[in-house]
Amino acid sequence: MRKILLYIIIITSGILFLARLFYLQILDDSFVGRSENNAIKVVYDYPQRGFIFDRNGELLVSNQPSYDVMVIPRNVKPFDTTELCRILSITQEQLVERLDKAKIYSPRLPSVVIPQLTKSEYAYLGEKMRNYEGFYIQKRSLRDYHTQHGASLLGFISEVNQRKVNEDPYYLSGDLIGNTGIEGFYEELLRGVKGVKYIQKDRFNRDIGAYKGGIYDTLPKKGKDLTITIDAELQKYGEILMENKRGGIVAIEPATGEILALISAPTYDPSILVGRQRSRNYTELYYDSIANPLYNRSLLAEYPPGSPFKVVNALIGLQEGVVDTHDRFSCHGGYFYGRGRKMGCHPHASPLDMIPGIAQSCNAYFANVYRRIIEKYPTPQEGVDTWANHLKSFGLGDYLGSDLSTGRPGKIPTSKYYNAIYDYPTYKWFSTATLSNAIGQGEVLMTPIQLANMTAAIANRGWFYTPHVLKEIEGVGIKEKEFTEKKHTTIDPKHFEAVVEGMHQVYKAGTASALQIPDIEIAGKTGTAENFTKIDGKRVQLTDHSIFIAFAPVENPKIAIAVFVENGYWGGRYAGRIAGLMIEKYIKGEITRKDMENWILTHSLEDEYAKPFSGEPFRINQ
Amino acid sequence: MSKTISQFDWLSILIYFLLVIIGWVNIYSASLDDTATGIFDFSQIYGKQLLWIILSVFLIVILLSLESKFYERFSSIIYIFSLISILGLFFFGKTINGATSWYAFGGFSIQPAEFAKVATALALSKFISDIQTNMKNLGDQFKAFIIIALPALIILPQPDAGSAMVYAAFFFPLYREGLSGVYLIAGAIGVLVFVLTLVFGPVWVALGSTAVVLFLYFFRKKKRPGAIAYLSILIVAVALSFSVDYIFQNIFEQRHRDRFNIVLGKEVDNRGIGYNTNQSEIAIGSGSWFGKGWTEGTQTKGNFVPEQHTDYIFSTVGEEWGFIGSSVVVFLFVFLMLRIIHLAERQKSQFNRVYGYSLAGILFIHFFVNIGMVIGIFPTVGIPLPFFSYGGSGLWGFTILLFIFIKLDAERMSFW
Repeated sequence: MRKILLYIIIITSGILFLARLFYLQILDDSFVGRSENNAIKVVYDYPQRGFIFDRNGELLVSNQPSYDVMVIPRNVKPFDTTELCRILSITQEQLVERLDKAKIYSPRLPSVVIPQLTKSEYAYLGEKMRNYEGFYIQKRSLRDYHTQHGASLLGFISEVNQRKVNEDPYYLSGDLIGNTGIEGFYEELLRGVKGVKYIQKDRFNRDIGAYKGGIYDTLPKKGKDLTITIDAELQKYGEILMENKRGGIVAIEPATGEILALISAPTYDPSILVGRQRSRNYTELYYDSIANPLYNRSLLAEYPPGSPFKVVNALIGLQEGVVDTHDRFSCHGGYFYGRGRKMGCHPHASPLDMIPGIAQSCNAYFANVYRRIIEKYPTPQEGVDTWANHLKSFGLGDYLGSDLSTGRPGKIPTSKYYNAIYDYPTYKWFSTATLSNAIGQGEVLMTPIQLANMTAAIANRGWFYTPHVLKEIEGVGIKEKEFTEKKHTTIDPKHFEAVVEGMHQVYKAGTASALQIPDIEIAGKTGTAENFTKIDGKRVQLTDHSIFIAFAPVENPKIAIAVFVENGYWGGRYAGRIAGLMIEKYIKGEITRKDMENWILTHSLEDEYAKPFSGEPFRINQ
Repeated sequence: MSKTISQFDWLSILIYFLLVIIGWVNIYSASLDDTATGIFDFSQIYGKQLLWIILSVFLIVILLSLESKFYERFSSIIYIFSLISILGLFFFGKTINGATSWYAFGGFSIQPAEFAKVATALALSKFISDIQTNMKNLGDQFKAFIIIALPALIILPQPDAGSAMVYAAFFFPLYREGLSGVYLIAGAIGVLVFVLTLVFGPVWVALGSTAVVLFLYFFRKKKRPGAIAYLSILIVAVALSFSVDYIFQNIFEQRHRDRFNIVLGKEVDNRGIGYNTNQSEIAIGSGSWFGKGWTEGTQTKGNFVPEQHTDYIFSTVGEEWGFIGSSVVVFLFVFLMLRIIHLAERQKSQFNRVYGYSLAGILFIHFFVNIGMVIGIFPTVGIPLPFFSYGGSGLWGFTILLFIFIKLDAERMSFW
């Protein structure tokens, strides 16, 4: 025993150690990851975000360097605080407070003292920087806007939210991400691919060199430059025309489906959402729940289309064979149906056939056409569904599928909808119950982009490309099937000529005859839509929306446009003028109807918009 | 001399050099930074250690050239000189890391406690091998304890509890030479009561030990010892338990309490007191089978483990050489210690045998406490890993300790 005790103890200890080592090194895997977390820092190298050019190659969005003043509290030596405060235009107290905060965060790691200096602030500070030991400047890349327009179309950059971080492993907390518009939809193209560097740290979290000589590191890939279909000049002009008004304008090149302008009013300067003031400005926009500048009306607002909708009803009537272009319907100040009910109309000659019917926008004419469509079928259900299917082929009643990050389906009612609201089969309903559809009121709702696309389909006499804003990626045209394949409507092309001629007559002899543009043949259609709001729970009618659709030239159209101006009263008043000016601007590049331009620029609807909030009884349609 | 050369235990010498070289390779990795120029850069830790290693080769030559009788004859003088040197620390010592354990000579510091072990081993061997000494005799036992305890008690308040603790190693030669097994059993029970008290508290230990003693008493086979013996053991155990609790709670400093609590798994504070052990376990644990490769250890490079080139050097082995590498090191140590015991057993002279056992015991305590601490199964006690850890005094101390024995063994036949 005396001879072997030490042997036994030594061998036992040896075995104990090997067992413990086996457990630590082989069995328990958790240590491997912990050592990586401990000792390897992953640093991302953010690439330049892609630039955005307009269809004419004009640079709209690029990047600008921004400079954060950083501090490593441990390295700070006594310095001239007064001078630094003066350069950074902050008070002594603010500086001390920020330095204390940095020290609390970590004395060894960098913290931001002043974020996002401008170029000029940086230029001055850059020279003096050597006087401030422990401070340094970190360069970041921010968006630089070369236009003050198209904010809602372009979208903006913000810090990625936690939900996105959880969903998509590419993003880390604090990363920037494109939001809404082009920045949002084409985020993956624009952002590029960030590079990764693995850095060996020491126990103070300081960098001490590349991990394994950098064999796992990758270089960042620059974001792709995008050319968009927008005409910056037209976009700018549209926004100027829409000042002091609310609504949306969408202009499309019919032959390609390219969106030439996408205007939502009110809007804001995109550059206010960049830099030091971003957060404050965003909050201000976000909480403006009345004018709602962040709400992209041209994509999201679902308005009753009003009279422009009549032209599709005419097309459906022709396609269904229930009406001929020469069929005449009389109008005696409106259309009478049921027991003494009446759909009013304005005074005009009577009876009318299709072309003057469109030109004069006769409600009675289209009530007749609509009833014939629905009543062609044994049940109103079948009639309404046939009608709705034709409309669907124009991209109505469902999401359009454009490459803008948001959209709304609008509404085209079907038999299912009416069955539900009339409690069919307990109660029956007939075509007259849905008669408002004849004139684009009632249940029908459309977004401006849907209305513009409908106009483009008419301009093309029966087909359209899904509207889109992306034209080229790094100079190479897009090939997405979605945007390069024609979509045909259910209407035979031969039926379009009469309707187009009707729309042409709107300018020649109809409701827009005062809005003619010299040397340009335009086909258009006015619209005036009743609309309501709720004030203290009561349904209150507001001044009608002013609506207009148009395309020009009538033969070989270059532009199709839809304009909505909220509470602008009749179609020719605001929307018609704006549409004409936009068309002239796009086709001629200059404005000859200065009178129209002046009228629009000097008229504001702000008083109209203030009415429902005044708390006083008010009159509409003045 | 040529005759003795062939009689040196070359196997032990080979393991010694293997351990020293492996140790240096790991010190190199643990202390490498980007200011390094070459391995002979004496401003660097690994450069200094290399110098110590080269110098220890000369030391070895001197140690082996001296006549083996020298060590026995001068043992008392060496012992007294050594006691004076550690006493002198109270007056002339230099404080490093809170312990006044060094004499500073220019750029170098010497830690006399590392040499006191050698002196004590020599003195104890001399005392026990005296013809008059009988380890069964209480008086002689007491004298032996005094020889061992004197340096330990001087070192303890420096404070250097780790170095003092090493003197427990001399229990092994005493036991080998006839010290009663009662001490062993008492010691084992003491440790058991100590640990159980810390884990379960004194009340449960008192209840538990009462149950155990009653069980043993009623199922004993012999009449003797009587009930009084059992009762006194019980009283001592319970008293020990309560006093351990008292000492632990009231006399120990918080850091000592924390160290025990970490090993017992009662408290995990990986940022504060548990940081060393936790980082060391992470380093070793991330080594897997083959390790991350020499100078590729991320924990090692990042200096996450404090004192990694000294007391925590084994964590570098674990991280960079994996389970295979650390097993090899454990195996080398175990093999060297077993070899030394084997050599000690073949000695004719009692002096040589006691010295051999002292050597094996000291190596074992260092090996067990150090690696046990690094892999998290023993409380944090700062003592170096023999031949491995950075430090000239340590390296020389162990070199002297080992090579005196190799010399003694080589000339074991030429006595009298």
